[in-house]
Amino acid sequence: MARPSFIIAKKELQVFFDSLVAYILLITFLGFSGFFTWVYFRDVFFTKQASLVSFFDTAYWTLFFFIPALTMKMLAEESKSGTIELLLTKPVTTWQVLWGKFLACFMLIAIALLLTLPYFITVVNLGNVDKGVVLCGYFSLLLMSAAYISIGLFASSVTNNQIVALLLSLFIGVFLHKLLSIFSVALNGNAGEVLSYLSLESHYDSIARGVVDSRDIVYFISIVFVSMVMAESSLAKRRISE
Amino acid sequence: MEVVVKNLVKRYGGYKAVDNISFRVNKGEVLGFLGPNGAGKSTTMKIITCYLAPSEGDVEVGGYSILKEPEKVKQLIGYLPENNPLYLDMPIIEYLEFSALLQGVPRERVQERIREMIRVCGLMGEKHKQIGELSKGYRQRVGLAQAMIHDPQVLILDEPTTGLDPNQIVEIRKLIKEIGKEKTVILSTHNLPEVESTCDRILIINKGIIVADGTSQNLRGQAKGKEVIQVKIEDGSKAEVIAMLKSIPYIIKVDEMLGKENCYEIQAEKMGSPKRDIFKMCVDKHWVLTEMTTFETRLEDIFHDLTIN
Repeated sequence: MARPSFIIAKKELQVFFDSLVAYILLITFLGFSGFFTWVYFRDVFFTKQASLVSFFDTAYWTLFFFIPALTMKMLAEESKSGTIELLLTKPVTTWQVLWGKFLACFMLIAIALLLTLPYFITVVNLGNVDKGVVLCGYFSLLLMSAAYISIGLFASSVTNNQIVALLLSLFIGVFLHKLLSIFSVALNGNAGEVLSYLSLESHYDSIARGVVDSRDIVYFISIVFVSMVMAESSLAKRRISE
Repeated sequence: MEVVVKNLVKRYGGYKAVDNISFRVNKGEVLGFLGPNGAGKSTTMKIITCYLAPSEGDVEVGGYSILKEPEKVKQLIGYLPENNPLYLDMPIIEYLEFSALLQGVPRERVQERIREMIRVCGLMGEKHKQIGELSKGYRQRVGLAQAMIHDPQVLILDEPTTGLDPNQIVEIRKLIKEIGKEKTVILSTHNLPEVESTCDRILIINKGIIVADGTSQNLRGQAKGKEVIQVKIEDGSKAEVIAMLKSIPYIIKVDEMLGKENCYEIQAEKMGSPKRDIFKMCVDKHWVLTEMTTFETRLEDIFHDLTIN
């Protein structure tokens, strides 16, 4: 089961690194987050606090826009160029293809986050940092990335057009992150509670603050699972009715 | 390894692209799939390779059903899809390695298989290029190489020689014939000479239905077309000769041939050849018969008759 997924993941990573996508992502990610952590706005020197709050904020929004850019071509381009046919007539299942691509994106994000460790080390040397919060910050970024990657893959599976896939996944992202929490504030009572639970922002914030609750983890895992199931069925449906 | 197609139906909405097709291809057989555009050739191939799900019916490859054990079936098949889709941003060798690993070629044999395919498909000079840099003919070779990388028992090729130059076409045909000796090959094409030169058996399909099945020899025999005879009769007036010929049973049409003195083209029904009667007529009339040639029906004509309604 696993082997084909890893082969696909390895190939996708290779393509990322062959095609500059990986380097552009890594450099801009490190650049942005470094800039806002050290140089500008609420940076470490301005707040006079050894904390990585502004780093995590910047990292979140950078990934928010970068992940859809990574995932948009994943399936849309395969469908458009017809290579999906080549791939699915090899002894692999649609699931293996999807998880392989998921894994490739996730690894690239993990590499990007790993490269920010020097920030952490530097800040630790500047003062007393709550290491648990930082760990949770990284953990929440990884969870959030997994959720957005799966959403991006779903968006990419419903269309042949990469731009449509990009916009669709950004829209779903904005909806989950911002709109739901805005609505939940506007509504009172049970409806508000439900919307607030569905909002990605509240779960992200609570883990990022350092409170790891199983409900939050379940939330992210369910998003990944639901998006992947939807991506799988949209690919399968296209094969039946094509 | 056998490929058995059983009552295959594929509907797109209300339209039947494949309408209850059944056939069987045996090991060591090269089957040529012929038909006009939109006849259902590619659809059938996509179903055999487990890319599309059939609306009804089943296909068995080496005893495994495409519905129940698609993973097993996919392992046995090497497939070159229509239009030869490829990852243009990958180098050839990396791409072949990817295909080999996905097809389950053991890691230690991968390099050997890649070398073999590069040799067989004539990619030696280009092997370090990216696929996107290659010309159409070389891309086609890469497509063939990935289809054969795991030495499949069944090879399914959707228009394998499009975009190749005449020399390459000859090489690829030779290769297909070679493979067809021990493996099962199904190929589709629009090119009739290709079918005659490479295929042991021909299947003509039109509007989703099989309209002919057999060797090219067989098909000629079965052809509903007419026998065409050219004769040269030296004496007699044209009008008289034509009138006499027309009175012979089974002769449908007699034409004077343009540009040739005393030559006539006769179309006769297949079942009773009128050659003896023509000869006898000439003897009775004391005309000299200096030429009589029968023409075999060409595959093009058979194809035309079967697919034009």
